[in-house]
Amino acid sequence: MSLLDDFMIRAALAGIGVALAAGPLGCFVVWRRMAYFGDATAHASLLGVALALASDLPVLLGVLGAALATALVLSARWGGTYAADTLLGVVAHASLALGLVAVSFLHGVRIDLMGYLFGDILAVTRADLAVIWAGALAVAALLVLRWRGLMTATLSPDLAFAEGRDPERERLVLTVALALLVAVAIKVVGALLITAMLIVPAAAARGFARTPEGMAALAALIGAGAVIAGVAASFRLDTPAGPSIVVAAVAVFLAAALAGPRLAERRAENGRVV
Amino acid sequence: MSPEGLAIAVPHAKPLIEVRGLTVAPGGKRILWDVDLAIRPDEIVTLVGPNGSGKTTLLRAIVGAIRPDGGEIRRSPSLRIGYVPQRLAIDRTMPITVDRFLALGGATDAAALREALERVGIAGLGGQQMATLSGGQFQRAVLARALLRRPTMLVLDEATQGLDQPGVAAFYRLIEEVRRALGCAVVMASHDLHVVMSASDRVICLNGHVCCEGTPTVVSARPEYRALFGLGTEGTLALYRHVHDHRHDVGGTDGAPCGEDHHHHHAPADADRSAGKEHEA
Repeated sequence: MSLLDDFMIRAALAGIGVALAAGPLGCFVVWRRMAYFGDATAHASLLGVALALASDLPVLLGVLGAALATALVLSARWGGTYAADTLLGVVAHASLALGLVAVSFLHGVRIDLMGYLFGDILAVTRADLAVIWAGALAVAALLVLRWRGLMTATLSPDLAFAEGRDPERERLVLTVALALLVAVAIKVVGALLITAMLIVPAAAARGFARTPEGMAALAALIGAGAVIAGVAASFRLDTPAGPSIVVAAVAVFLAAALAGPRLAERRAENGRVV
Repeated sequence: MSPEGLAIAVPHAKPLIEVRGLTVAPGGKRILWDVDLAIRPDEIVTLVGPNGSGKTTLLRAIVGAIRPDGGEIRRSPSLRIGYVPQRLAIDRTMPITVDRFLALGGATDAAALREALERVGIAGLGGQQMATLSGGQFQRAVLARALLRRPTMLVLDEATQGLDQPGVAAFYRLIEEVRRALGCAVVMASHDLHVVMSASDRVICLNGHVCCEGTPTVVSARPEYRALFGLGTEGTLALYRHVHDHRHDVGGTDGAPCGEDHHHHHAPADADRSAGKEHEA
């Protein structure tokens, strides 16, 4: 009996895989104020599930397609008749509602709606694990390879242009990475809580980091820690695993929010002494 | 291009960037039209013009951040831009030290990074958060990042906004030093007419289109310029000549022209300046 036979271990590994990619990607979501964008992309994944089941395609493919399509539609310039957050709100809720309606039309298909909404991490199979880690590694690799371009475009699109980079392309990279992450994370935390895995660890890391890279690494670690704590709590207290993971991450965030300012103060004092 | 403009540019050097018939009209609203402009290596060109005259738009078109709606922009293969935007707003959610900010711009090694910080006069601030820098220090850090790219052309957009008067003077002195050391072209937009005019080889007076261009002396005498800036520019002109003379006397020492001091010794310039002030007020 190998270690991977234990469903708890598989669950933790799946969650850690997602967290390691979601932490750094979440930093960009925080820096670029894309939280709602992440929500819209994640909610669209439910529509993807319904479409995949209806057309006998792999669910992963449907989710990836729907998330990517939504993200691309949202990235397009919209002429400015509607504010960006209004448009995001419309798309986020439209895709969620459409997804729920579409799922109800699927007669004869057994579908675990709660599983897609809130994740079903304890049911992760070895095959799921391989897909999750492949997706997470792809996202992480994308961020690492394009780090300087992504950072420059995030700092200032004009600066990126002046340095011969195309900030639009960097944004596309983030959009694709986001869709990919949503596709592999839906099994772990579900469509409704994916954004939490993106922004909560990143926000928790902010107060402790001095550099963007430090914040990204710390966010990944905090996310991984939250997964372990959440899965453990779920096992002992019989709570739903996905939400438990998010609760654990939020606990870290609260602790950081309380300790962060004091820490910064002390650091400033030390700086003055040295 | 006006004859004055041709006269003072380095005669045979190929332009780093050549703008022809540039029109920028987002959503049908014309901001710039029929703009012709060529920047040659080694010259300092200043854009002056009232608010909303398209200075920032023109600079953003030059760095490639705006696609022209008409005309063309030709860039020489040797063009490498170091850009200091009007205001670089780093989101509070992003922690970043000065060192990292510079490294992300392409600093290859620690030595080059230290040298750049020293050159712009903020050596020792490398470990500090960008968010905790003062306005002047921040602009210097952005300039250091631009310098690390070994630019053949520096583009500065109102880079001294938010700095106090001595800060402004010090910043432009720094630009002149940097220009001398690197031998790059400088294109800048500014409100600080006095300081800017004194440091420019060529001034372009912009108001949607190029109203006039030439040496600071020539431009400030042009009716188009006076129409835009009024009689206050007489003070600018006096100051320009004055500082220019002064630099001839000293012969390029680092003592650098300091406008404030000279006013005390030279009544005419002082009088001109106060006349200018009255007009502005």
